[in-house]
Amino acid sequence: MAEKVMLKLENVCKTFNPGSVNEKSALKNIDLEVYEGDFITVIGGNGAGKSTLMNAICGTFPIDAGKIILNGDDITRLPEYKRAKYLGRVFQDPMLGTAPNMEIEENLALAYRRGKLRSLMPRITRQERAFYREQLARLELGLEDRLTVKVGLLSGGQRQSLTLLMATMKKPDLLLLDEHTAALDPRTAAKVLGLTEEITAENKLTTIMITHNMMDAIRCGNRLIMMQEGRVIYDVSGEEKKSLSVRDLLEKFRESGGEINDRMVLS
Amino acid sequence: MFFDALPGAISLGLIWGIMAIGVFITYKVLDFPDLTVDGSICTGGAVCAVLLGLGVNAWWALLVAVIAGALAGLVTGIFHTLLGIPSILAGILTQLILWSVNLKIMGQANTPVDTRNTYVIITQLEPGWSILILFAFIALIVGGLYWFFGTEFGCGIRATGNNPNMSRAQGINVNLDKIVALMVSNALVALAGAMLAQYQGFADINMGRGAIVIGLAAVIIGEAIVSRISRNFAVQLSSAVIGAILYYIVYQFVIWLELDTEYLKMFSAIVVAIFLAIPYWKKTYFRNFINKTKKHLPRGGNSGGAQGSVTDENTEGAQNNG
Repeated sequence: MAEKVMLKLENVCKTFNPGSVNEKSALKNIDLEVYEGDFITVIGGNGAGKSTLMNAICGTFPIDAGKIILNGDDITRLPEYKRAKYLGRVFQDPMLGTAPNMEIEENLALAYRRGKLRSLMPRITRQERAFYREQLARLELGLEDRLTVKVGLLSGGQRQSLTLLMATMKKPDLLLLDEHTAALDPRTAAKVLGLTEEITAENKLTTIMITHNMMDAIRCGNRLIMMQEGRVIYDVSGEEKKSLSVRDLLEKFRESGGEINDRMVLS
Repeated sequence: MFFDALPGAISLGLIWGIMAIGVFITYKVLDFPDLTVDGSICTGGAVCAVLLGLGVNAWWALLVAVIAGALAGLVTGIFHTLLGIPSILAGILTQLILWSVNLKIMGQANTPVDTRNTYVIITQLEPGWSILILFAFIALIVGGLYWFFGTEFGCGIRATGNNPNMSRAQGINVNLDKIVALMVSNALVALAGAMLAQYQGFADINMGRGAIVIGLAAVIIGEAIVSRISRNFAVQLSSAVIGAILYYIVYQFVIWLELDTEYLKMFSAIVVAIFLAIPYWKKTYFRNFINKTKKHLPRGGNSGGAQGSVTDENTEGAQNNG
């Protein structure tokens, strides 16, 4: 089956603090092809390079070597704010994804204009408001009646749901989720994850999701990647992935010399 | 009499109110403590005074002063965004540059404006008329800024000040927005400087010394007054002007009491320091209070926080642990 490659990483390398005692080689010659419609879960210990990989794709820092090709375009040298046009992002910290002193509808309006030139037209139109209300209603959090409430007043779960909506409302080429449920209590986390699956399936979004939860990593998506010390050490998809167990993953992890911590086993 | 001096105090308050609106844009909207203003207010005054001396029409002089202020903001913006200099230092560097530039513009430390024989927009010889004109100016500025920060672009600037991470993720050119906001802010500050030069009849190299403290005091006093009344953006902008007027009424009062006005800058600095400390104190002591009460809870009461999870109730506490 000839699938379309949505994201292609070629030999991506990144070293932090080169030449100092704190030198850390965070990404070592990463080669990765992500196909359109893929939902990839990424697991790995602390410092394995998961978030660094995601930030490299987003352009938070320039990479030392290699190429990042998104939907056929080389975006390696594109600044972060220009790449945003193609990317939807949800961060681990619920505080990071929204502007707390601005209203819910203003946050949505900002996201709705992602990748568009920001003109001197009004920040929000009447038709949009109806659309936002409709979209918020899907979250089933009652936010559709609180359009003009400041986002800072919302709980972590509400903010994370809102950020997810903001990331996907304008269909991105690639959705990047960096442990977006890790800071939530278990019940809220499950709800946000359910919403994530619903939205990605409905819009057939190409998604990369970092998680610490091995069960989620096996259950969600069609492909699983394990990272260790800046390398992709395991890449599995399809039936093989479905039949994985947490025990298999831990075994794989131990083989590669990774340290297993409580958080990975228990969560 | 104290009341005789009131119109003068109100005029000065309105002039510094324009400046305080500029400080509001950087300090409150952009979350950028911009020290450029100490220099750019003088730049505005110097440009205006020199042009008036050359026989240029007062309105044109005002316009050129505003442009000069915007350029000062541009320099700070470039220092900060392109050269990566921290915000406060970027402002201080521009301030220092402006000290030399202002001296060069005036050619001396003080430039008089012959307000009796040249057409000026406001002057302390006619305080009533000046107050009226200043009110009109401020109404236009507040209206204009209210519109601007309600546009797609202005909304981006507010987001930049509020959460730069999120702004970049939403495709906002954070650097551009910072530069534009700094330019708008310093343009207003220079406008205030130009008005001040006309009003008092001279521009002086020292006229901007400590201006940032007066601006901050005005913003903080204004905020303390209106924050409970309205969260409307136009009201917040106007509150800075109200703060500036109150500041100058107190100033007049101090003069009337024949207290030593040389202490006034020190007092304003202390007032600003206290007001800046209040939110910090509130947070620290409030948090201590929570921690103390938690100790009395049965064990395990805070287990959710220990795992770094955020529940609706203990968002603050979990952030600490995480």
